[in-house]
Amino acid sequence: MGLSAVAPLWGPPGLLLAIALHPALSVPLRRDYCVLGAGPAGLQMAYFLQHAGRDYEVFERAPRPGSFFTRYPRHRKLISINKRYTGKANAEFNLRHDWNSLLSHDPRLLFRHYSRAYFPDARDMVRYLGDFADTLGLRIQYNTTIAHVTLDKDRRAWNGHYFILTDQKGQVHQCSVLLVATGLSVPNQVDFPGSENVEGYESVSIDPEDFIGQNVLILGRGNSAFETAENILGVTNFIHMLSRSRVRLSWATHYVGDLRAINNGLLDTYQLKSLDGLLESDLRDLAILKDSKGKFHVTLKFFLEEASTNQSADAITLPQDDNDNFAMRVPYDRVIRCLGWNFDFSIFNKSLRLNSGNAFGKKYPLIRASYESKGSRGLFILGTASHSVDYRKSAGGFIHGFRYTVRAVHRLLEHRHHSVAWPATELPITQLTSSIVRRVNEASGLYQMFGVLADVILLKENAMAFEYLEEFPIQMLAQLETLTGRKARHGLFVINMEYGRNFSGPDKDVFFDDRSVGHTEDAWQSNFLHPVIYYYRYLPTEQEVRFRPAHWPLPRPTAIHHIVEDFLTDWTAPIGHILPLRRFLENCLDTDLRSFYAESCFLFALTRQKLPPFCQQGYLRMQGLMSTESLWQHRVESRLLRDDAPTGRDLEDSSQQPGDQELLGAPLAPGPLAQSLDSNKEEL
Amino acid sequence: MSSGFNVFRVGISFVIMCSFYMPTVDSLLELSPQKYFSTLQPGKASLAYFCQADSPRTSVFLEELNEAVRPLQDYGISVAKVNCVKEEISRYCGKEKDLMKAYLFKGNVLLREFPTDTLFDVNAIVAHVLFALLFNEVKYITNVEDLQNIENALKGKANIIFSYVRAIGIPEHRAVMEAAFVYGTTYQFVLTTEIALLENIGSEDVEYAHLYFFHCKLVLDLTQQCRRTLMEQPLTTLNIHLFIKTMKAPLLVCAFGGYSVPKKGYKFQLRTKAWLLAFWELSGKRFAIFIFKKSIDRKRKLPLELTVELTEETFNATVMASDSIVLFYAGWQAVSMAFLQSYIDVAVQLKGTSTMLLTRINCADWSDVCTKQNVTEFPIVKMYKKGENPVSYAGMLGTKDLLKFIQLNRISYPVNITSIQEAEEYLSGELYKDLISYSSVSVLGLFSPTMTTAKEDFSEAGNYLKGYVITGIYSEEDVLLLSNKYAASLPGLLLARHTEGKIESIPLANTHAEDIVQIVTDALLEMFPEITVENLPSYFRLQKPLLILFSDSSINPQYKKAILTLVKQKYLDSLTPSPINSPFTSGITPNAIPPASPLPIIGPTILPAQEWKPPLPAYDFLSMMDAATSQHSTRKIPQCMKETDVQENDKEQHEDKSAVRKEPIETLRIKHWNRSNWFKEVN
Repeated sequence: MGLSAVAPLWGPPGLLLAIALHPALSVPLRRDYCVLGAGPAGLQMAYFLQHAGRDYEVFERAPRPGSFFTRYPRHRKLISINKRYTGKANAEFNLRHDWNSLLSHDPRLLFRHYSRAYFPDARDMVRYLGDFADTLGLRIQYNTTIAHVTLDKDRRAWNGHYFILTDQKGQVHQCSVLLVATGLSVPNQVDFPGSENVEGYESVSIDPEDFIGQNVLILGRGNSAFETAENILGVTNFIHMLSRSRVRLSWATHYVGDLRAINNGLLDTYQLKSLDGLLESDLRDLAILKDSKGKFHVTLKFFLEEASTNQSADAITLPQDDNDNFAMRVPYDRVIRCLGWNFDFSIFNKSLRLNSGNAFGKKYPLIRASYESKGSRGLFILGTASHSVDYRKSAGGFIHGFRYTVRAVHRLLEHRHHSVAWPATELPITQLTSSIVRRVNEASGLYQMFGVLADVILLKENAMAFEYLEEFPIQMLAQLETLTGRKARHGLFVINMEYGRNFSGPDKDVFFDDRSVGHTEDAWQSNFLHPVIYYYRYLPTEQEVRFRPAHWPLPRPTAIHHIVEDFLTDWTAPIGHILPLRRFLENCLDTDLRSFYAESCFLFALTRQKLPPFCQQGYLRMQGLMSTESLWQHRVESRLLRDDAPTGRDLEDSSQQPGDQELLGAPLAPGPLAQSLDSNKEEL
Repeated sequence: MSSGFNVFRVGISFVIMCSFYMPTVDSLLELSPQKYFSTLQPGKASLAYFCQADSPRTSVFLEELNEAVRPLQDYGISVAKVNCVKEEISRYCGKEKDLMKAYLFKGNVLLREFPTDTLFDVNAIVAHVLFALLFNEVKYITNVEDLQNIENALKGKANIIFSYVRAIGIPEHRAVMEAAFVYGTTYQFVLTTEIALLENIGSEDVEYAHLYFFHCKLVLDLTQQCRRTLMEQPLTTLNIHLFIKTMKAPLLVCAFGGYSVPKKGYKFQLRTKAWLLAFWELSGKRFAIFIFKKSIDRKRKLPLELTVELTEETFNATVMASDSIVLFYAGWQAVSMAFLQSYIDVAVQLKGTSTMLLTRINCADWSDVCTKQNVTEFPIVKMYKKGENPVSYAGMLGTKDLLKFIQLNRISYPVNITSIQEAEEYLSGELYKDLISYSSVSVLGLFSPTMTTAKEDFSEAGNYLKGYVITGIYSEEDVLLLSNKYAASLPGLLLARHTEGKIESIPLANTHAEDIVQIVTDALLEMFPEITVENLPSYFRLQKPLLILFSDSSINPQYKKAILTLVKQKYLDSLTPSPINSPFTSGITPNAIPPASPLPIIGPTILPAQEWKPPLPAYDFLSMMDAATSQHSTRKIPQCMKETDVQENDKEQHEDKSAVRKEPIETLRIKHWNRSNWFKEVN
């Protein structure tokens, strides 16, 4: 929802009065679901609600969706990639590299149809969001500013209370569930003496002409600061950048919110001695003084406090008076603030107890891992404002991440209010390896929301079947049964994607030698994003989840498996990826998950009391895998088998085998067995 | 290739050498000592019998020696009779006639001398000579401790072939020595003539020679005993050879596509009997299955062009435009790819004859299409016909059954029969002549026109059975003509068994669709069926004990008659009797059958009840992670202890710290991907 919000035109006062007096107005409009904001997250939720046939309404103060993008980013270049070519046809896989599309069933509503640019223009995003809302016919009330939200206790309500929304026209809306997708809309301002002299990112000129021959100081070290610098780098005398913490490069932290390489031109010019520079200091210790010529001087708040209040700017002590080599001793022509945004708490009544998080996540409302507010049941935060869950870790603050967390919230709601259990596919145990291989190779939600959303496999009794649940918020694992309506009585697997433990961080050398792991036995040391499978005999408790070992996304499992990182993120290698996975699953379940040809199953059926699961679930149900003509041919050629039926009389000639075993997906294990096969000395 | 066959190679090369440089010698060479010693070649073994020139030209010994020439020559050992003449005095020439001896030389080194009475016959000659030559390969032992020591020394390294013979020089000894000549470097041969040793092993019948295979190579735990397999056949060269071949096969059932195999593969030249014996023995004690590594080359191209590859764009249009079979598969899944071959075989067989379009879609690429078609596992075959709901194929994933399904789907289910004449043609198999080879039974539902519910139930059942059994419906006014003719009630079923030319009738009364399906599927079962890979599950489903008649050839009509009599007299109601005779089944002869029993036999067998456990352990990453963490923390201890000399070595201490910090990365054991390492790993 745009912070650009142009003051709404209220129209002639007479009309307003007429509307206000209309008797219908005293009756609140009721909705099961109210969504605040028609930005990407709001639209995404609207899509799922609409698809499920729910009673919902989206409120948007601007006349079109995505108003944030009508103004931001100021320099119009989105840094979320629009990768149109991956060499793959798999639509789900391709979403891993499409950071702008929302989820829908309509393949026309993919962002690649809206822009050819790898870093697309923000106007294309506005156009895309508009089309998304229109094409899908989402119910959105535009030009509706929700000015106030309060609670109305009612025992009949789904959550024991209704959310009462009042818009700018005084219309009241009563909502059972409130989904807040208003993003971060309030520019972050740091209070220090002279902060009134600072121009904000939201309003500073973006015309480089206005900066010719100027000394510029930029406060902040995020992408907006660097984007601003990038735009004027070529015309300024120099740009200095000031912020409290050192720069974090996203390619070192693996966090997309940190400084992206596309914006880091100033790092280049700083390190290549081209007069630009970066400085670290807490802004709250500074003061900015305007001198008589209108130039800005950086000094310390401390000096300002020493001086009497009515002294002129020129008389105040500057750091260079003592230290004549003080870095920021030159006066600046402009100081620009690029310090990010905060969530707008102002419209929420205190009764909602919607508080901001700790110092770390102050700009975000405090929520649970299920995206529900800690203060009021039934209030969910979606989209960018929900990033406190995975701030600086995963992609939950960005379209390519929150499109999946929104879906997760919708699935929770479907179960909570409509008794629709979390979608799951029930499959026979023989499909276990395949279902994991399939997901880790294509699933986009797992890939983007690594460490936040994970797939869960719930085993059935005797481990003969399982249910596969996609993209469950794993911090809520202990509450899985109540949140999903599925039972986890017989053990479970969790499939998560992870970077190596010590691989990501602002000062990490991510290009060190030996960073890539290629051997399956070293898979647990994989550095790049790779699938990790946790096995639990019992569903972990809340305590276990909360007090899990440091740096572990989940409590300590019974067993763990890492699928070795892959340069191509293609985890389908039979020996390198699938076999070790199958062995892990077999050992967790204490069974044999190999695949057998029907001939082998036949033999087992007649020689053993029990059959392996593959034969039980395939062959014995008359769906066995028959070997092929060419395989037969091969056996005959290699004289393992005679091609005609054995006569039994001619002893010399019957050289048939007792059982030509063919196991699929069961390559030879390293070790003595393989050796004995290799040492096949057949010169006789 | 290990040195396992070096001896053998020498043998080969020698034989070749012989045939080129020497005339093949079948009879004994007679030479003078000087001449004899000049023929000795380095490394070559030679047996010479030195005798006085005036000794008789024939004796029992010479006859036997003469006979040994050929077998010894096969092992590269030349044989000569050396006539000691007075002019050439050799120390090998004894002084008295009866003290003459045979000598074994290697090159010109004397290995052994044999008094002629030890070489009492051809077997003794061959046995003794090889025994002397294979001194290292065959360990002769006399007590249990020796055996134990050898066994312990070879655990995890090599397998042992242990044999007991009653005496040296007897035919069994020769057989063992001949085997040792071939396998001596691959296996450790151990020989004894002490009965006590054999008794110690636990053999019951110690009167005969015994040969055991000790599986020591796979034993990694030294406290564990090597498993032993007794060869239960008489010790002959051929039997030992076959037995060792059998033992060479891996213990576990395991084969996998993609591994290349020498073109020759295994060359078992087993006689059926030997084979049954081997298996019989094994099935009791271990489940040995001969495997061969399937050498389906991963890069081998299938003639995929015979099936249409669908995409997201073409899927709907294709299945709407024509009747299609769609194979949903995943390119990375082994089962899918194995079935794809059968599928292509179906396409090859149907080429140009079918209106059904054979298509496939790779769900690894077109995930969404598969999900939309409700495909969540692979491989899945579905049939799309115009105006009908897609049908999932539920039969065996093989060429034959899928072909049957496709062919039988050329007609509708059930077929609407409209005249008595047509019904008769239908029942005789005339109507669908080309289809009855796929469905040996045709079912005809008889209903009077008013029986709408019964007809609906039958239609539903027919629809369910489509692709598996031909079903038809007759419900004209004159239906009584048919029901009277075949003594069928209305509503009722007629079952035409085309192979037997019989028509049965089954009454239907308020029978629901699923019960009709059950009746028909039960009717497809035979009384005394020959069990095959394809039909076993349908008999298993009856959950009755199977009485299996094992036969090594086609069933003798006598047996068949006897069984059928039992069946008809309801003696076997709780059993399903069936003969078994297929290329696979010779291996499942139950271990209760004595090897000499003539087939066929019926015998009780208790099947092993072992569970299907993980074939191999998995990587224990959790322990590895724990080990790395604990290693990390123990590292800190020496650092603390150094604090005493912090003052002096401040700088050093600093460096130590940084070294410690680096440690985790060094302990990571991440392998380099350089060329030299790579090849080491692979080899």
